[in-house]
Amino acid sequence: MDLTDLTAHELAERFADGRATAVQATEAALERIAATDELLHAFLTVTGDQALKSAREVDQARERGEPLGPLAGVPLALKDVLVTKGVRTTAGSRILDEFVPPYDATVVRRLRDRGVVILGKTNMDEFAMGSSTENSGFGPTRNPWDTTRVPGGSSGGSAAAVAAGQAPLGIGTDTGGSIRQPAALCGIVGVKPTYGLVSRYGLIAFASSLDQVGPFARDVRDAADLLEAIAGHDPMDSTSIPDAPADLTSRLSDGVDGLRVGVVRELFLEGTEPGVLARVREGLDRLERLGARLEECSLPSFEYALSAYYLIAPAECSSNLARYDGVRWGLRAKDSADVVDMMQRTRQAGFGAEVKRRVMLGTYALSAGYYDAYYGQAQKVRTLVRRELDAAYERFDLLAGPTAPTVAFPIGEKADDPLAMYLNDVFTIPVNLAGNAAVSVPAGLSDGLPVGLQLIAPALGEATMLRAAWAFEQDLGLSTRPTRPQEVRP
Amino acid sequence: MTAVVAPEVGARQYETVIGIETHCELGTATKMFCACPTVFGAEPNTQVCPVCLGEPGSLPVANGRAVEFAARIGLALHCRIAERSQFHRKNYFYPDMPKNYQISQYDEPLCVGGWLDVDVEGEVRRVGITRVHLEEDTGKSLHVGATGRIHGADYSLVDYNRAGIPLVEIVSEPDLRSAEEARAYAEELRAVLLALGVSDAKLEEGSMRFDVNVSIRPVGHAEFGTKVELKNLNSLRSLYRAVAYEADRQRRVLADGGRLVQETRHWDEGAGRTEPMRSKEFATDYRYFPEPDLIPIEATAPWVDGLRADLPELPAERRARLAEATGLPAKEVGWLVRDPEVLAYFQAVATGRDPKVVASWVMGELQRDLREFDHTMASNPVEPERLGGLLDLLSAGTVSATAAKDVLAEMFTSEASPATIVERKGLAQISDTGELEAVVERVVAANPDLAEKFRGGKRGVLGALVGQVMRETRGRANPKLVSDLLERAIGG
Repeated sequence: MDLTDLTAHELAERFADGRATAVQATEAALERIAATDELLHAFLTVTGDQALKSAREVDQARERGEPLGPLAGVPLALKDVLVTKGVRTTAGSRILDEFVPPYDATVVRRLRDRGVVILGKTNMDEFAMGSSTENSGFGPTRNPWDTTRVPGGSSGGSAAAVAAGQAPLGIGTDTGGSIRQPAALCGIVGVKPTYGLVSRYGLIAFASSLDQVGPFARDVRDAADLLEAIAGHDPMDSTSIPDAPADLTSRLSDGVDGLRVGVVRELFLEGTEPGVLARVREGLDRLERLGARLEECSLPSFEYALSAYYLIAPAECSSNLARYDGVRWGLRAKDSADVVDMMQRTRQAGFGAEVKRRVMLGTYALSAGYYDAYYGQAQKVRTLVRRELDAAYERFDLLAGPTAPTVAFPIGEKADDPLAMYLNDVFTIPVNLAGNAAVSVPAGLSDGLPVGLQLIAPALGEATMLRAAWAFEQDLGLSTRPTRPQEVRP
Repeated sequence: MTAVVAPEVGARQYETVIGIETHCELGTATKMFCACPTVFGAEPNTQVCPVCLGEPGSLPVANGRAVEFAARIGLALHCRIAERSQFHRKNYFYPDMPKNYQISQYDEPLCVGGWLDVDVEGEVRRVGITRVHLEEDTGKSLHVGATGRIHGADYSLVDYNRAGIPLVEIVSEPDLRSAEEARAYAEELRAVLLALGVSDAKLEEGSMRFDVNVSIRPVGHAEFGTKVELKNLNSLRSLYRAVAYEADRQRRVLADGGRLVQETRHWDEGAGRTEPMRSKEFATDYRYFPEPDLIPIEATAPWVDGLRADLPELPAERRARLAEATGLPAKEVGWLVRDPEVLAYFQAVATGRDPKVVASWVMGELQRDLREFDHTMASNPVEPERLGGLLDLLSAGTVSATAAKDVLAEMFTSEASPATIVERKGLAQISDTGELEAVVERVVAANPDLAEKFRGGKRGVLGALVGQVMRETRGRANPKLVSDLLERAIGG
């Protein structure tokens, strides 16, 4: 048995009955990374020594009989946008090439406290801007299902790592779909939690009002356990929800009988690939067979969500990225005439094209005379989306649709067409605007590539949402579930 | 020091319009958005953390105490406390600003629409307060080489200890009309802040500083003239001088047929004039937007009511009450109330004693000695009980006023009681007729001409003779007794 084939809870069972140790699982993961990552490029930094050290600590704690949580000793791939004390953190940007943070993100601390073994930092679109991980300042990540294709983005590194068996668990961030879309494209489970459920302290900000940290896993149960581990109030984050429910997993197997599911008409856009539509329709039928009550519903404001997002997110990013100026850390342009010249040249050299595009867009959208027309208007759309969703939750427990309009697309196909790229987030963005929760769960294959089913829940509706996802996954069965490819080849 | 205030030109035709933005650092133990300490003068970059350094990933959390302090200021200035207020980001690039945006309040400030009454030469002027809002301070740059300004420096160092210290900005309406009024407003505002205990308001340490908008308009006109902003005035003296200079400069420009331009000017204290600040041609666009990392401040009615009930006595009320209780003139009351430490001291000494005598000693001799011995009220070694004891000896006639001054000076270097010092230095007043008669006779004998003049009706010369007796007794003689004895000795 190859330990890298196991889920976290399967590993935990083996740790518990002595059939495996955390060190063995970590070594297996590191070996798999060594064997595959030259091709995949899921990792930017592998922290093998640190990982083995924390695995040893878990094994020793277990020997001493200390009580350990379900994730103790389980390896994890961490998106390089969460700061790690003493370990290089780049956010996928050349401007932070050699940046070594002086502190740990709250999520990182919570993971360490629970004995999770962090294998390293994974590749991503620069500052989480992108839907393909092609915008990384350090080169793209490849999809393990077909290495000529993208893994999705921006958390493509973590998604690819989990899909390729480099790690059973991954952490991503989702600003407009950056967990759900790569989860769908890589055939794994990805959860975008309710805004404020998981601390953003130590998450290098892209768009503060939209960013949220969440789990990747090979099954819903692992994703639920990992989400439970990272969720919880953080006094260091003013937007962190103070009294969110701590239990997300105990009713996981309660089934979907009687659950009211709204099928959102606007998530079945023209242009969505037929194979994707077919798998999602089958998935919805499956939910109905399991006892869920399905009904179509319409959320017309979704049509404007993408436009609103591409004003709000760049506006916030233009401000959040202002601190990367060469004054205190990261890249600094040499031989500058003065401080303004130094800042300009540093940013010119350190940021990639997509980041520059969004900083410019955001600066424009916020500038005097345009604020009301752009940013202000976008905020109104956001309110509208939120209201429509709130109204829908009076009739439905969950909403459903596809996660992304396409399966994984070839590397380079959309790289030069930003608008085509932005369309990949069209199904995921409304959830971020409303601060709701959503999950992407594998729904089968189309032309041999994974398709994701998206389930959307109101704020703090994670427990119900994960329950439905788990029932769906169990019923679909491992045999038809797109398991990770056994071999990664070009 | 060069002369600064040029003779006023056209002062009668033009009216000066002044509005003041006061920045004041709040005296909280920790910074606005993190738990770093706020001690002034610490080693550079020792009071910093990921949050106030704007490290990637760090997030601000508002300091509840700072919000409370700002609300107290608002209430003291008769403002309305907004039920919901919001932080915004003010975006601009500057090397001493860690995030390249400042978290501030923009269109939803904490406190709006108040006023402050200011006494200008005995006349009360009501100055409108537009708003009081919260923001964070920036770091401090030190430019090495050349002129000490950023342009032309060899390199620059930045100290981020100050970055993130809570600031309030108190914005006045353009209700002030002269440099005197501007100074009086600033003084009164400072007294309010000190009375509230929300800031040390130390101008010399930069914890209180002013940006002043100055314009002039023809008397009787309702429209505002072209305004000039004077940045970062850090003393009452420079505030006064800068406003006076600038108003006059503007009048001169118009008198010469020139046009005023809207600009920001810098006050050069040494040269005694304002100068245009070096600036780019384009106007700054701060691109304000709601700070997404901070939830809005919700001010509930019970919270506001609690703060209001808890307000201390403010300078105006205090002045009225003190004037009533002591019968002291307004000017002296104003002086005593300006500094809470002085006031507390005065009140401690004045309890059970004549307030006029106490006021004259606290304001006069005590202040002189504090300066002499390099002390402040905070480090004053003469406890109220000791000064009180001394004044009791004075009123009992045990010491003369001259001797009492010696005793007070002695108390700065000795912890002894006034009685002990009087005893030790032999300063007790001589009220023994026999002991003084000999001296009086000696003095009269030595000054026959003065004695003659006195007899001739020039009673004024008596003072000179009393003075001589006092000198001979080293100030210990009872002056009243001496003049009686002299009159008797001369007049015979």
